Amino acid sequence: MTASLPEDAGKAAIAEKGWWQAHQWLLLRRLTQLSILIVFLVGPLFGYWIVKGNLTSSLTLEVLPLTDPYILLQSFVAGHEIVSTAFIGAIIVTVFYLLVGGRVFCSWVCPINIVTDAADWLRRRLHIKGGARFSAQTRYWILLMTLLLAAITTSIAWELINPVSIVHRGIIFGSGFAVMVVVSIFLFDLLISRKGWCGHLCPVGAFYSILGRYSLLRVSASKREQCDDCMDCFMVCPEEQVIKPALKGKGKGIGPVIMDVNCTNCGRCIDVCAKNVFSYSNRFNNSTLLNVANKKEVAP
Amino acid sequence: MQDTARTLCGVSLLGLGLGVYSRQTHSLPATALRPPGVKNEKDFLSACVRCGLCVRDCPYDILKLSTFSDDIALGTPYFTARKIPCEMCEDIPCVKACPTGALDKELTNIDDARMGLAVIVDHETCLNYQGLRCDVCHRVCPLINKAITLEPRHNERSGKHTLFIPVVHSDSCTGCGKCERACVLEEAAIKIFPLKLAKGELGHHYRLGWEEKEKAGKSLVTPDQEHKYNLPEGLKYEHEGQGLMKDLPE
Amino acid sequence: MKLSRRDFIKTNAIAATATAAGITIPGIDSAMAQAGSNKIRWDKAACRFCGTGCSVLVGTKEGRVVATQGDPDAPVNRGLNCIKGYFLSKIMYGKDRLTKPLLRKTDGKYDKEGEFTEVSWDEAFDVMAEKWKDALKKKGPTSVGMFGSGQWTVWEGYAASKLLKAGFRSNNLDPNARHCMASAVGAFMRAFGADEPMGCYDDLEHADAFVLWGANMAEMHPILWSRLSDTRLTKPGSSVHVLSTFKHRCFDLADNGMVFTPQTDLAIANYIAHYIIENNAYDKKFIESNVNFTKTVTDIGYGLRPEHPLEKKKTGTGGKLTAISFEEYKKSVAKYDLEYTSKLSNVPKKNLLELAKLYADPKKKVTSFWTMGFNQHTRGVWVNGLVYNIHLLTGKISEPGNSPFSLTGQPSACGTAREVGTFAHRLPADLVVNNKDHRDFAEKVWKLPEGTIPEKPGYHAVLQNRMLKDGKLNAYWVMCNNNVQAAPNFNEETYPGYRNPENFIVTSDPYPTVTAMASDLILPTAMWTEKEGAYGNAERRTQFWRQQVNAPGEAKSDLWQIVEFSKRFKIEEVWPADLIAKQPGVKGKTLYDVLFKNGQVDKYPKQQITDEAGNQYANSEMDDFGFYLQKGLFEEYRTFGTQGPKIGHDLGEFDAYHKARGMRWPVVDGKETLWRYREGFDPFVKKGEGVKFYGQKDGKAKIIFAPYEPAAESPDKEYDLWLSTGRVLEHWHSGSMTRRVPELYRAFPDAVMFMHPEDAKKRGLRRGMVAKVASRRGDISLRVETRGRNRPPEGLVFVPWFDAGRLINKLTLDATDPLSKETDYKKCAVKVEKV
Repeated sequence: MTASLPEDAGKAAIAEKGWWQAHQWLLLRRLTQLSILIVFLVGPLFGYWIVKGNLTSSLTLEVLPLTDPYILLQSFVAGHEIVSTAFIGAIIVTVFYLLVGGRVFCSWVCPINIVTDAADWLRRRLHIKGGARFSAQTRYWILLMTLLLAAITTSIAWELINPVSIVHRGIIFGSGFAVMVVVSIFLFDLLISRKGWCGHLCPVGAFYSILGRYSLLRVSASKREQCDDCMDCFMVCPEEQVIKPALKGKGKGIGPVIMDVNCTNCGRCIDVCAKNVFSYSNRFNNSTLLNVANKKEVAP
Repeated sequence: MQDTARTLCGVSLLGLGLGVYSRQTHSLPATALRPPGVKNEKDFLSACVRCGLCVRDCPYDILKLSTFSDDIALGTPYFTARKIPCEMCEDIPCVKACPTGALDKELTNIDDARMGLAVIVDHETCLNYQGLRCDVCHRVCPLINKAITLEPRHNERSGKHTLFIPVVHSDSCTGCGKCERACVLEEAAIKIFPLKLAKGELGHHYRLGWEEKEKAGKSLVTPDQEHKYNLPEGLKYEHEGQGLMKDLPE
Repeated sequence: MKLSRRDFIKTNAIAATATAAGITIPGIDSAMAQAGSNKIRWDKAACRFCGTGCSVLVGTKEGRVVATQGDPDAPVNRGLNCIKGYFLSKIMYGKDRLTKPLLRKTDGKYDKEGEFTEVSWDEAFDVMAEKWKDALKKKGPTSVGMFGSGQWTVWEGYAASKLLKAGFRSNNLDPNARHCMASAVGAFMRAFGADEPMGCYDDLEHADAFVLWGANMAEMHPILWSRLSDTRLTKPGSSVHVLSTFKHRCFDLADNGMVFTPQTDLAIANYIAHYIIENNAYDKKFIESNVNFTKTVTDIGYGLRPEHPLEKKKTGTGGKLTAISFEEYKKSVAKYDLEYTSKLSNVPKKNLLELAKLYADPKKKVTSFWTMGFNQHTRGVWVNGLVYNIHLLTGKISEPGNSPFSLTGQPSACGTAREVGTFAHRLPADLVVNNKDHRDFAEKVWKLPEGTIPEKPGYHAVLQNRMLKDGKLNAYWVMCNNNVQAAPNFNEETYPGYRNPENFIVTSDPYPTVTAMASDLILPTAMWTEKEGAYGNAERRTQFWRQQVNAPGEAKSDLWQIVEFSKRFKIEEVWPADLIAKQPGVKGKTLYDVLFKNGQVDKYPKQQITDEAGNQYANSEMDDFGFYLQKGLFEEYRTFGTQGPKIGHDLGEFDAYHKARGMRWPVVDGKETLWRYREGFDPFVKKGEGVKFYGQKDGKAKIIFAPYEPAAESPDKEYDLWLSTGRVLEHWHSGSMTRRVPELYRAFPDAVMFMHPEDAKKRGLRRGMVAKVASRRGDISLRVETRGRNRPPEGLVFVPWFDAGRLINKLTLDATDPLSKETDYKKCAVKVEKV
């Protein structure tokens, strides 16, 4: 089978598995993202305070503190002594992402993700090609820059322009400025750079990707031999470079588990694969031998 | 290699721009007041993660998170005295809510808060300076007679009234802003300014003698001896006290 | 009249030529004044608020009051104002100003439970007159009544008095001043036989020491406080002594501040008398020639409904005085020694002694001030009198600086309520209805037949509410006050009476107050400088002003309403045949004809009102009735003072007051009186008489012994706190004017409960929390204030009553002084709980 057109990515899966099945993880993810927003919004809108604060730091049910370790790191670098509440909150968050994968934040929590996914979807539909290209490493440089800047200015300077927190805070605390940021990011990803923000520039994602270095939860191309090269997974993957080694690495002796730190565990590849190549797994389920054995069974 | 150089260059430029911008936001507008427990703007900006928990726990909805148009470090909490001043809650819920210590947990008595300092900015319009009986700022002050006192002066113009001159005392004023809010003028004659704008500083080479004496509880050097004077017989001279020439024969 | 620029130049030229030629051209001044119509026109007026009587200049432009300024030439305030006075120009322009009569209606017809619907004045008065006639027919004159005001102008009170007492033949006319200084009146009449202070504000400069007995002058009389402070500041050896049941702003200046247990002021005053006698500091000569000693009936109850257990328990009634000797008096006060008094009052001995020594010191001129702390007191007349006792014992009275001085809270409590006599028992110039000579005199002045004015005093303020509730008072007119908010015991006495289906309640007000909303018909009223007016302040100063602007919409002045309403009644509908038979000339006439078109009130024809500068002023009443109504009423009223049976109440001529910044009566031959009862100062004291209290038959004042008796309701186990109510500087009375000034609202938005931090802590309360304060009669919720201007001692809370959203009078008890019938708003028992 030849590669699908970009706008047709996932059509085969729909035909094969039905629409719901082909959108299973996407829907679940959107549900999670929206639920998190709603849980934050219930307080200000209806006066029932389940969670107070926002993604940078929050308090759930008056007991559970959660703090973004990245911002706390900036604060530390800026010279502020870290206080226990925030520290405990950051530890809890860190441990969580150490287990499920740092960039799970990006695909399952971050509100910007919806915006950039939408931009990408439309870009595919409208066949917009080209635009500015950034190195995928740019985000790490920016991450480094934000930390240096914090140290130099002795303030959490990145927060002045961080779209992730601006949008989330804007939604929860009600600021029209958030809309402008959303539109800017959307247009940037749509017209200027494909998957530009989340895939190349965002230092928050970069920070979390580092947290996900040794995470347990992984997507695995466990049935990679069933791949019919339709390219649908590459089309939809926010970090397409992460798939190839696992999917096509059999020859090089690379296991089927996607080990790249920038895999966001979004599960979109699982959805769109008509051949059910992908599934959630863990980092230890990565034996090449296993695959060889499988192959024997299936191959004629 | 070329790619990396280009990336580095771009990132540095971004950093530079952001750095300059962040410097600007360090200078808070004079009307924006920080919640209690902020020692100085610099420390605060290194510690505040913009979570808004203080805003949520303010029972009077006084605190706001700044937005882009506010000219205040984005997303940080502040209030405007003229719009809605701090109510000075005894339990200081905003400080309790702060997860990072940007609002200093060591502040346990709200009277110790220093959100700013009230300043009578205009003697020419302040009604009390004209002899009118406004003194609204004095009466709304939660630290009445400590943070603001009324110093009575004779009204020379009317000849029989008192000017009750409001005087702010920085050792008690918390900068809550009640006075600025309540000032009945079109534009308040009393305003809360950040401490560094509002306070003067005495030269380090000089001390106020009477204050030093009061602090020490006695003269810093050997006290003055009793003086004796050449006086008409029978006259007790009491210049320092009140009686003056008490026993001057009539 | 409008002038173009060319006209203006022309008039200027004519004026210049005329001046050069030394001739005057009629009308040129006013034309000049009008020509500069883009300029603000300034004219004087008295401040609308408290009894201080500051004068202001009112700036008018294009039919609107656009500015005010303190009047720099006014002796009281010398150009100064308090913060309420500063905002005078805004009080008339609240957004919800009433401009049309509103009647409760359902399906186009009056219905007690209906919705307020705009109606014409004709319809309003038709319905109203019908209700009045109904009540008169069914139950007679005692079923109609009116609740008036110490904020009425002099002629409004006078016209109301005529309409009620002579027209409807009902003495059920009482002013809100009953809540304010009836006790002061009672004590003045008992001790001196004549109402109002002997001294004047000049005492503020003449005195060496001031004693404040239950007066928070710092907030309630801000400009007088400013004068008092100046004396304290500039006069060596002067001192200020403050007595109160909680610490307030006067304590800032106090050399001797005393917080006493409520009601023990009775004991403290007696202690001072005791000290003076014990130390032979009394003025023997003065006492011998000027004072009689008496004692009053004791255990007289608390002015509650007769079935109240406290009333059943009492053993005495009324205020009958029995003559006693000096020795007997001495013995009576002997009980109040330092030990006993200090223990009872909780005031340290040192402070009491210092106060007693001050009064005893013959070298110190002492002025005592009091207001509501004394007057709103179940023994208000007594306690007022006890301070007179001190001043009379020492002879420190009726001379510069030595003055017992009762202050007032309303702009014309003195001028209208007291001098005009709009009380249920009074007639103008200290006359009373139960004295036949007095009635005869009033009937003679009013050109009415003998027996027109009923003998029996009418219902006083609190009794009016009780009678409304009991259905005995059925047609009721509330004018220029907000009594539903102001009267005590809202839940049990006030509100039920207003909503009693048997009653028809009319309220005249510029704004939809609590009272207006509780009534059945609301009449939109012109206020302050929308009418020509006169107020009399606490130092006997009568001040006039001209109408500066027209009232908005169909709003009409109280005066117009009273006089116009009188046209609806044929004399046969209100008077019995035998009374009419005595003066057949009134047959077929209306009350308007008999009372106001009587050849006196309508004596002064319609004319253009102008000031010295030639500015022209409107007079809406003159336009409507065709004669100078205000002048006619005042000149008729004046005869009570100049020719009446009580001497020393002379007022000046009408026109003189429009020129002066007020004059202090008695005004004789154009001269004012500063200190009454003293030879040289008072024209009614003859040469050689020295001091003569000519209000009493024998010219002697009365020292009246009265003991300490407990308050009607004191804290107990359940209701464990005293509640005191009062005012704040920013708001005046019920706040119907000041709360509509945005800046004043912002300065003190809502009522709070001032309480001691320990009391708050004990109840789990913190400053700023909402707490419920409850008495046996009702409860309200409001924020706790443990800091700020007022600092109550443990065991007492203070709540101001200006806030229509937090009606503290739901809690107060309708206990009154049985003598003055004035409510004690300063003492009842409450409990405070966390909400």
